[in-house]
Amino acid sequence: MADTEIQSFVNACATANIPVGEPDSYVLPPAVVIPVSAPFWQRAARVAQGCGLRWCSFWASPVDESYELFCVLEKSGDYLVLRTRTGKEEPLPSQAPIYPAADRLERHAHDLLGIEFVDAPDSRRWTRHQAWKEHEFPLRPDFIESLSQRGKTAADADYPFVRARGRGVVEIPVGPVHAGTIEPGHFRFQAVGETVLNLEERLGYVHKGIEKLAVGREPDSLVRLAGRVSGDSTVSHSWAACQALERATAFEVPPRALCLRAIMAERERVANHLGDIGAICNDVGFAFGQYQLTRLKETFVRTSHTIFGHRFMMDRVVPGGVSCDIDSAQITSMVQEAKGLTREAAEIVSMLEHSESLEDRLMTTGRLTPEQADQLGVVGYVGRASGRGVDVRHDRPYAPYDRLKFAVPVYRAGDVAARAKIRADEIGTSLDLLCQLLQSVPEGPVKESFPDVKIACEGLGIVEGWRGEILTYVQLDKDGTVTRFFPRDPSWLLWPALELLVQDNIVPDFPVCNKSVNASYSGHDL
Amino acid sequence: MLKLFVKMIATGVITEEPPDEATSAALGAELKRGLNRYFRGSIAIRHVDAGSCNACELEIHALSNPFYNVERYGVHFVASPRHADVLLVTGPVSRHMEAALRRTWEAMPHPKWVIASGDCACDGGEFGASYASCGAVDNIIPVDLRIPGCPPAPTDLLSGLLQLMQTPYVEE
Repeated sequence: MADTEIQSFVNACATANIPVGEPDSYVLPPAVVIPVSAPFWQRAARVAQGCGLRWCSFWASPVDESYELFCVLEKSGDYLVLRTRTGKEEPLPSQAPIYPAADRLERHAHDLLGIEFVDAPDSRRWTRHQAWKEHEFPLRPDFIESLSQRGKTAADADYPFVRARGRGVVEIPVGPVHAGTIEPGHFRFQAVGETVLNLEERLGYVHKGIEKLAVGREPDSLVRLAGRVSGDSTVSHSWAACQALERATAFEVPPRALCLRAIMAERERVANHLGDIGAICNDVGFAFGQYQLTRLKETFVRTSHTIFGHRFMMDRVVPGGVSCDIDSAQITSMVQEAKGLTREAAEIVSMLEHSESLEDRLMTTGRLTPEQADQLGVVGYVGRASGRGVDVRHDRPYAPYDRLKFAVPVYRAGDVAARAKIRADEIGTSLDLLCQLLQSVPEGPVKESFPDVKIACEGLGIVEGWRGEILTYVQLDKDGTVTRFFPRDPSWLLWPALELLVQDNIVPDFPVCNKSVNASYSGHDL
Repeated sequence: MLKLFVKMIATGVITEEPPDEATSAALGAELKRGLNRYFRGSIAIRHVDAGSCNACELEIHALSNPFYNVERYGVHFVASPRHADVLLVTGPVSRHMEAALRRTWEAMPHPKWVIASGDCACDGGEFGASYASCGAVDNIIPVDLRIPGCPPAPTDLLSGLLQLMQTPYVEE
C-alpha cells in the first residue's frame, strides 16, 4: 500500500488498541477503505485527528435490517473511508465531539434514517421541519409516502434556538424569505446594539428529498438529478456523480470528454467567481465593481450558451462522457475570450484593490482565523483564504488535471477581502487552465456508451467544484439502478464557518459576510 | 480614482445594445408599453425561492445586470410582499417552504399576480411531488402565468412578464 498517511493511521490505531480491518484500495478508489467495528467509531476518529486527517463526510445506507456507515477522511490527497455496520436500534458513538463538522451530517442522518448517536453534542433535529414526524424516516425502505391525504404543512415554529440573555441583548430573526433574490434559510441573531454576539443558522427549507428521489434511477437520470443538487455548480456536481458511476464500473472515459468536462468546470468557476465578487461589491454599495463584473459574467455565460447550448452547461456532463462537442473555430474563439478576459478582469480587480472605501468595508470584516478553519475542516476558497490549501485538482488530481500546471493561491487573513482576493486569483488561474486545456484537446469520441451493470457496485466521485471539494457516493444494484446517492456539497463544511466569522461584526455586515462565503442552501438541504 | 472614471467612460452604457438586441431590446420596449398601459408605468415583484436549485435565481439576478437592466422598464424587485404586485415563485415548493410561500402570498395586497418560473415551479420538474415537495406552485396558490425552462433565460423571463401584461386580470 502506497498511501503513507493511511499506513500511519493504521499504525496509530494499533498503538491505541483499536481493531481495524484490512485496508482495501479496490472497492472505492481512489480512497482506501478500512473497516472499523461500530463501538470504536468515535475512538477511530480521535486517532485520525491525532494523525492530522481532515474530516470530509459522513453518510449511511440502509442494508436489510441494519445500516452501513461511511466516514471519509483525507490528508495530503490520500483519501480514507472508515466503514462500519450497526443494527437498526444500535446507537453509534458520535464523531462530532472530535470533529465539529460531523455534527450536522450526523443529525441529517438521524432525521432521514433514524440512526441514534451516543455522546452527540447536539441532539436537536436538523433537516426535519414539519413535513414528516419525529419517528418517521424517509430514507428507510419501509417509509410510506402518502401524497393524497396530507393537509397543509405547518411552519417550523418551535425549533429550540440558543438564546442569549442579559441587559441590552436583542434577538433578530431573519428569513426564510429574505429581502433579496436569494435562497431561503433562517438566521437567528443575538445582538447587543449593532454587534453580533451569536448567529445560529436554521437550514433545511429547500429539502427536496434528493437522496430518496435518486433511489431506483438509471445512471443517466441520476446524473440529471445530480446536475440540480445546486444549480450554480451543475457541471461539477454532474461530473462528481459521473466519476462515481464510472469508477464503480471501472469505465474508461474518452480523453476528449474529460478535457471538455474540465473546460466546462473551469468556465463554471470563472462565471461564479466573477458574479460573486460583483455581488460582494454590491453588498457594500460599490456599484462600479458590480456593473463591471456582472457585465463580464453575462458575456462569458453567453459564450457558454453559444458553444455548449446552455448558459450554465446543465446536462452536458453525462455518464460515459459529454453530450456536446467543440470545433477548432470554437476553440480559437474561447482561447481569445480567455486571454481578453484575463486582461480585463485583472484591470478591474486592481481598481477594486486600490479603492479605499472597499478596503475599509472588506478588510478585517468577517474574519475566520486559520485555527477556526482547521477546527471546522473548511474547504474551497473559504479554507484557502484562512490558510488551508485544500484543492482536489492539486492534491489528488483526476484526469485531465494530472497533466496541467497551476498554483493554488492561499492567504491567511481569513476576512471578506481575502476570500474575494482568492477568487480573483482563481479567475486568473482558471483562465490559464482553460487556455492549457483548449490548446491540447485530444482527438477522439466525446462519449462511449455506459456499460450495462451486471453486479452490485459502488463508487466515490471527488471533484473540486468552484465552492470546494464535492464528494459523491453512488451505489448501484445488479440491475444498474441506484440504491444510494449521497452528494456531499462543500456547503456542509462552509455553513458552520459563517456562524463563527460573523461574531463581533455588525449586523449590517452580515449580507457581505454571507456573500463572501456563499454556501449553497440547495446543495446542503438536498 | 482617475483609472476608475476612465474605465467607466471606456465601458460606456452597454445596456442599449446587448449582443442579442433584436430580442431583448424589442421585448423590453413592448414590456414598457404594457406597463404604461396596465400598471401606470411600473411593477413591483417579490421573488420567493420555494425549493429551487438556485439556477433560476442566477437568471433572475441576470435581469438586473447592465445588459438587461430590467429596472429601466419599470420592473422593480421589492423586499416586502406588502409592496408587491407580482409574486415570482421558483422551485417545486418544498414542503418546508410551503407555509412561508402561502404567508408571503397572503401578505400581498390585491390585485396580485403569481408567476411560476422554471420547470419545477410549473409542474414539479425534476423533483415532482414527493414526501418533501408539493410538485408545482399551483398546488399551493393560484398561478396566473407559467414560464417554463430549466432555468428560464433572462429573455424568457422578459417575454413572460410581457405576456402577463397581455393577460386580463381575473378577480378571484
